[in-house]
Amino acid sequence: MPGLAAGDAAIDRKRSSATAGKVGLLLLALLVLSELGGCGRAQLQPAGPVSAAEREILYDSLAIMLAIVVPTILAILGVVWWYRPSNRRARRMPDFVYSGRVELVVWSIPALVVIFLGGIAWIGSHDLDPAKPLRSHHAPLDIQVVSLDWKWLFIYPKLGIASVNRLVVPAGVPLHLTLTSATVWNVFWVPQLGTMIYCMSGMADNLYLEASHRGVYYGESAMIDGDGFPDMHFNTHAVSRDRFDAWVQATRGSGPVLNEQTYRALLRQSVPPHPYTYRSVQPGLFADVVLLRLPPGHGPQGAVPGVHPIGGSNVHPAELK
Amino acid sequence: MTLLGKLTWQAFPLEEPLPLFSGLAVFLVLIAILVWVWRKGHVPYLWREWITSVDHKRIGIMYFMLGSVMLLRGFIDAIMMRTQQAIAFRAPGFLPPSHFDQVFSAHGTIMIFFVAMPFMIGLMNLIVPLQLGVRDVAFPTLNSVSFWLTAAGALLVNLSLLIGQFDRTGWLPYPPLSELRYSPGVGVDYYCWAIQISGIGTLMTGVNFVTTILKLRAPGMHYTRMPMFCWTALAANLLIVAAFPVLTATLGMLLLDRYVGFHFFTDTAGGNSMLFMNLIWAWGHPEVYILALPAFGIFSEVVSTFSSKPLFGYRSMIYATMAICIISFMVWLHHFFTMGAGATVNSIFGIASMIIAIPTGVKIFNWLFTMYGGTVRLRTPMLWAIGFMVSFTIGGMTGVLMAVPPADFQLHNSLFLVAHFHNVIISAVVFGAFAGYTYWFPKAFGFVLDERLGKWAFWLWNIGLWVAWGPGYIVGLEGMTRRLQSYDVAEWRPWLLVMAGGVVIILLGILAQIAQIVVSVRTRDRRRDLTGDPWDGRNLEWATSSPPPAFNFAALPNVADQEPYWDMKTRAREIGQLVRPEPRYEAILMPRNSPTGFVTAFFAVVTGFALIWHIWWLVILGLVGSYATFVVFAWRDHDEELIPAEEVARLDRANRAARTTRLQERMAERESQQESHE
Ligand code: HEM
Ligand SMILES: [Cu+2]
Ligand SMILES: [Cu+2]
Repeated sequence: MPGLAAGDAAIDRKRSSATAGKVGLLLLALLVLSELGGCGRAQLQPAGPVSAAEREILYDSLAIMLAIVVPTILAILGVVWWYRPSNRRARRMPDFVYSGRVELVVWSIPALVVIFLGGIAWIGSHDLDPAKPLRSHHAPLDIQVVSLDWKWLFIYPKLGIASVNRLVVPAGVPLHLTLTSATVWNVFWVPQLGTMIYCMSGMADNLYLEASHRGVYYGESAMIDGDGFPDMHFNTHAVSRDRFDAWVQATRGSGPVLNEQTYRALLRQSVPPHPYTYRSVQPGLFADVVLLRLPPGHGPQGAVPGVHPIGGSNVHPAELK
Repeated sequence: MTLLGKLTWQAFPLEEPLPLFSGLAVFLVLIAILVWVWRKGHVPYLWREWITSVDHKRIGIMYFMLGSVMLLRGFIDAIMMRTQQAIAFRAPGFLPPSHFDQVFSAHGTIMIFFVAMPFMIGLMNLIVPLQLGVRDVAFPTLNSVSFWLTAAGALLVNLSLLIGQFDRTGWLPYPPLSELRYSPGVGVDYYCWAIQISGIGTLMTGVNFVTTILKLRAPGMHYTRMPMFCWTALAANLLIVAAFPVLTATLGMLLLDRYVGFHFFTDTAGGNSMLFMNLIWAWGHPEVYILALPAFGIFSEVVSTFSSKPLFGYRSMIYATMAICIISFMVWLHHFFTMGAGATVNSIFGIASMIIAIPTGVKIFNWLFTMYGGTVRLRTPMLWAIGFMVSFTIGGMTGVLMAVPPADFQLHNSLFLVAHFHNVIISAVVFGAFAGYTYWFPKAFGFVLDERLGKWAFWLWNIGLWVAWGPGYIVGLEGMTRRLQSYDVAEWRPWLLVMAGGVVIILLGILAQIAQIVVSVRTRDRRRDLTGDPWDGRNLEWATSSPPPAFNFAALPNVADQEPYWDMKTRAREIGQLVRPEPRYEAILMPRNSPTGFVTAFFAVVTGFALIWHIWWLVILGLVGSYATFVVFAWRDHDEELIPAEEVARLDRANRAARTTRLQERMAERESQQESHE
């Protein structure tokens, strides 16, 4: 799909120009201020309800704690300065070593903070449970995710197609992801959409996400999985319903078929030079992977020279492209 | 089956210039040092006074030196990673993934097990028996074995530079990646055997110190009179005793998987990889407090001494310490909220993790109130303590932030997390070690370190910490995951360049510390600490000379209060003479030096190396060797040495004379001050 590829390039260009002159040294102040401003940061520029709610929780928790942390730091520095040996006005109290009232305050301030935060944690964990369906008047779109050495396979079971290293979704529709791994552990993470989750072989996790706006969102693996790890990233394209339908039609029209045989080729350690799609998928393939009816990845022993080999070598994807 | 197992010429990185040359350089420097020592004729001295020493002070110093050398190694790894990430933007950089992955794994492993642990255990060795007012730890020879086994582990990790490869799966080798199928090389085996060997050493340290603190204290030193550092040491060693067996068992299971085809952690054959994750963090979270608690103890000592006040809320501090000790076993799941455990489990562990922040917060406030109303002298140890309090408060905050599960869903495994743990571990453990080092250096060596260079080191490290890791929080929030060998997101680039600059600042800090020790040793005659109490200290370690004699105290002190030495000094000032009259000197029996530790460790290295390379005959040889060493040690009948009464008297009288002179000077100063007031 040339249109999608052009979108990728545009995003890259926008990113680099927007950040050209951002080097600064007042890091702490910058961190707090610019982060609260939320300008152009991945998790802090949410593109869906999940990441938006998570950002809210992050800010609330941070604000509650800063209310204690900032005064504490100022108090530490203030006391050090005031009680310097040369300060004749400081009242010395070498015997001030215990005070029930101070103890009470000292234990209750952090305890109060924890009560607040504990409430946020409890409510937030339940609201944002990854396996909890999102509220929406659209039915969720099912997507099955398989992490492989070193690529992502996205199967659209109801649509009968699959895609490697590019996730295309309709904007505004909840996504029901079911995730597993056909190799070592991985973590599926699209920061602008929210919650990351482990992909583990022999198991399937559920995750609900949604992209509210159209756009291209960076996705990656957040768990070291060997030499191809830095290349385990993909773009998520959230497009309008019409464009999504058009993409599905186009996908069905061309490309290879994903069946047991072609799947076995995917098990080899390799990094595909560019994303591609499968025009049809053998039904039940995902279940076969989860239930280990299909074998897991070979690891380095299976690294047959041929299909995009990069295992253990120095070849960067930029050179492969 | 060959004579050398899996070991062939291919194990040597002959075709990869970088590891080959760096490995060779390290070993050539090492060999050069050894040759120099041997040519200068220092070997007998080193053997007699250090290598075979069972004196807790000497062992403590050796631990600290091991930690310092390994800090340099770990720091070189950090420079390599930061350089790689600074240049590997849409480019391969200079480290291929296969090498980069070894670098972060080695860095993490070395920094935790062979820097942070030796620093803390070293300072406990040096100071705890002195603070307790006793002559040594409960099991002095075992103590030497512990140290040498730790050194053996460190040696094995570094041997992987030259022979074979190191682990490529991170500082905790999660299966399935660490299983034979996905990591067929020797890297994971190097990791496991190095940690198994040093882990046994650490466990024995735990047993030794728990026994020492519970059973050997000066007369009158009740639990509620023990210095805070001893309390935190007790808590840390209880944690070691409870947690390290878990680590050993977990790695043991992984080894069984790898060596004999068990399937504890292979999901595809009935095992469960998530089990490893749970077990390793059941050790891993307590480990955080094994490192942090002694550091908190050091800061307690330093803040109290340099504020000229007793520690505020002493009992409250004990409760806080023991609360941390217990709760630290109940929070391990916060390391994998994103594994899909379910909302209730996640939130319970999230809240438990926050609860542990309460006693930690209490400690910060109690240090604050210790300074409040005191006279705060900004000597270098105190500067480190203040730097700690400020940076750690922020690092603690970001930690609690990640204890909120839905926030962690977006922060887990990102650079935000990596920035968080560097923020806390550098400000607490590394700064704690430096505070303890500058504070107790005069006690160990009899002269004070240079203050000016110490202050340079302090500022460079503190600024460096924030320049190197502050931006880490930001790139983490920009979606950068950890352990990336290369990347093509332009937004991350500027921050990674700043972070590389931060490493340069830390490097300058380390150079300042090296300069500090060189300058101080050269001018040591001007820096002598004759009285044994250079900082106007409050606990018993300052009641003996610097450096203390092998037997620590000519007569064991009688403890009547929480700050025994401060009381002695105050009363001495009141009555104008030393409080304790000269004791009747008696001969003292001290444990005899023993090469057991060194020889055991030698065989441990041989065994570990042979296991890594599957050289089975050598494994048997190594095991037989260590067993024989043990038998020889157990059957010796001359195990103590008598220090004659005259020698005891000579050493103690010299110290008493110096203290009396100092006391008279003080009194004279006081009088002249009062006169000028009138
Ligand atoms: C002195 C300054 C230090 C610098 C500049 C530094 C730098 C780094 C870097 C660049 C990484 C890799 C980050 C990534 O995953 O992308 C790292 C990882 C790590 N560091 Fe440090 N580090 C320092 C000190 C320490 C200390 C003192 C400790 C512990 C006592 C430590 C423990 C670790 C651990 C456990 C990891 C994780 C390794 C892994 O991913 O498996 N570091 N450090
Ligand atoms: Cu699972
Ligand atoms: Cu933890």
